Amino acid sequence: MKDQELIPHLFRTEYRKIVAVLCKRFGFEQIETAEDIASETFLTAAQNWSYNGAPPNPAAWLYNVAKNKAKNYLQRGSTFETKVAPRIINDTDTSYENDLDLSPQNINDSQLQMMFAICHPVIQPEAQIGLSLRILCGFGIEEIAEAFLSNKETINKRLFRAKEKLREEKIKIEFPGPTEIENRLETVLTTIYLLFSEGYYSVSQNQTLRKDLCLEAMRLCTMLTENEPTNLPQVNALLSLMYFHSSRFDARINKNGEMVLYGEQDTSLWSNELIAKGVYYFHKAASGNKLSKYHLEAGIAYWNTQKDDTKEKWENMLQLYNRLLQIAYSPVAALNRTYALAKANGKEEAIIEAEKLKLANNQFYFALLGELYTGIDREKAIENFKAALSLAKTAADKQAMQRKMDELRKNSGSINLP
Amino acid sequence: MDEYALIMRHEDGSKIASPEQMEIWMKATMDWIGGIAAQNKFVSGTGLLFDDAKVVHHDKMVTNGPFGEIKETIGGLIVVKADSVEEAAEFAKGCPVLGGEGNTMEVRKIARRHDAQ
Repeated sequence: MKDQELIPHLFRTEYRKIVAVLCKRFGFEQIETAEDIASETFLTAAQNWSYNGAPPNPAAWLYNVAKNKAKNYLQRGSTFETKVAPRIINDTDTSYENDLDLSPQNINDSQLQMMFAICHPVIQPEAQIGLSLRILCGFGIEEIAEAFLSNKETINKRLFRAKEKLREEKIKIEFPGPTEIENRLETVLTTIYLLFSEGYYSVSQNQTLRKDLCLEAMRLCTMLTENEPTNLPQVNALLSLMYFHSSRFDARINKNGEMVLYGEQDTSLWSNELIAKGVYYFHKAASGNKLSKYHLEAGIAYWNTQKDDTKEKWENMLQLYNRLLQIAYSPVAALNRTYALAKANGKEEAIIEAEKLKLANNQFYFALLGELYTGIDREKAIENFKAALSLAKTAADKQAMQRKMDELRKNSGSINLP
Repeated sequence: MDEYALIMRHEDGSKIASPEQMEIWMKATMDWIGGIAAQNKFVSGTGLLFDDAKVVHHDKMVTNGPFGEIKETIGGLIVVKADSVEEAAEFAKGCPVLGGEGNTMEVRKIARRHDAQ
């Protein structure tokens, strides 16, 4: 790897490890110090390596510098007098560990513990994602701002407030106990899934950034599966689901950067490798006796990776949606369920069910009704696509609805009305 | 919005139907519940099994049934959200249990805590 690319690459992989270990060491009260030391380490690397070239083992070099900076910080000034020294004086049994432990085990443990500390219910979900991106994923403030379609000031404020709150509540950077862990894991998984969804569904034009968000979410989830206390069925189910979704990443956007609907995707661009990974984790998830919403969503996502339009596929998806809606209703799930119902039980029944949904402010509701009425009642189909068009926000969505209406009018031989 | 219990009263399906028919009823029931859940009106639900069931009488005698009239046996219940008992009854109309003559759906409002004096 060329030297110019090396530092940004290392920043992404090593910054978070160093910060995690430092944060664990110093606690949330000194989280800024931890971030400063980590940042300074990279600054030193940038200065040093541009003169001397990159060292043979760059990561080890970074760790050494970080250790020394941490040591200097601890030995300097009031921190030493008021916080550290009294502990050494009073602590005659335990030897004071002045050195930063950057062993693989501690790096791994620190990051996991940070994950639980950051994904804590006392701070807002957006703040959890923001902090995760910053501290766990090594994203820059600008990148985070772009991901959220926000600006640097807002993001900085959000992260600042979140750290304040974590300090106030004295949140410790540690593994929750065995009785708490499943509960706390809920919040962690929600954050990871939100992070993934940001990347998968966001309207940001930056394709690389969006893919990175998905990959980071999957990386964090993978870490959880690699540690025994968190290697639980629902964690594997979530990872499986993310693999299934991401298998279509390359097919979802066309050359013009527009969203390609599922039914119109070039299935040769679906990644069989990612689907296979999804299946692997799906099997791992099939243990224990609790069925989480992630299991159901993973099942649905699995069927979405099967291109053949079989009765089996849609019947299975229908039943999975039936159960998903019972434990976790969402308008999206309701609409998708109705589509599966149309495929499994027929359009007539689906139309009746769809009309009951009454999601009047939802463009996709009218788009679905338009689809369902197509081939059954042309006027109603056009009427619904028109309603969808009026609610559509993006140019791509508007064009899609217009195309549907044009298609219907063309087939009947009528003049194209605006 | 209030919560209503929709109580299914019917005889033991396994006594009158083949496994294939039972499967068809299962799908119909799941689709019916899914339809209510899709409207965001589903709260909870459970089947009540006919096997391993007992009746305890006023003299503390424990027997294996019968559970009242055969077609009045409770087979399960779901709880839905509705603005009126009429709306709840509309939901009940969709239950496949009603395909059998003599079967019924009982619709009862769930008592809210502050209703209890």
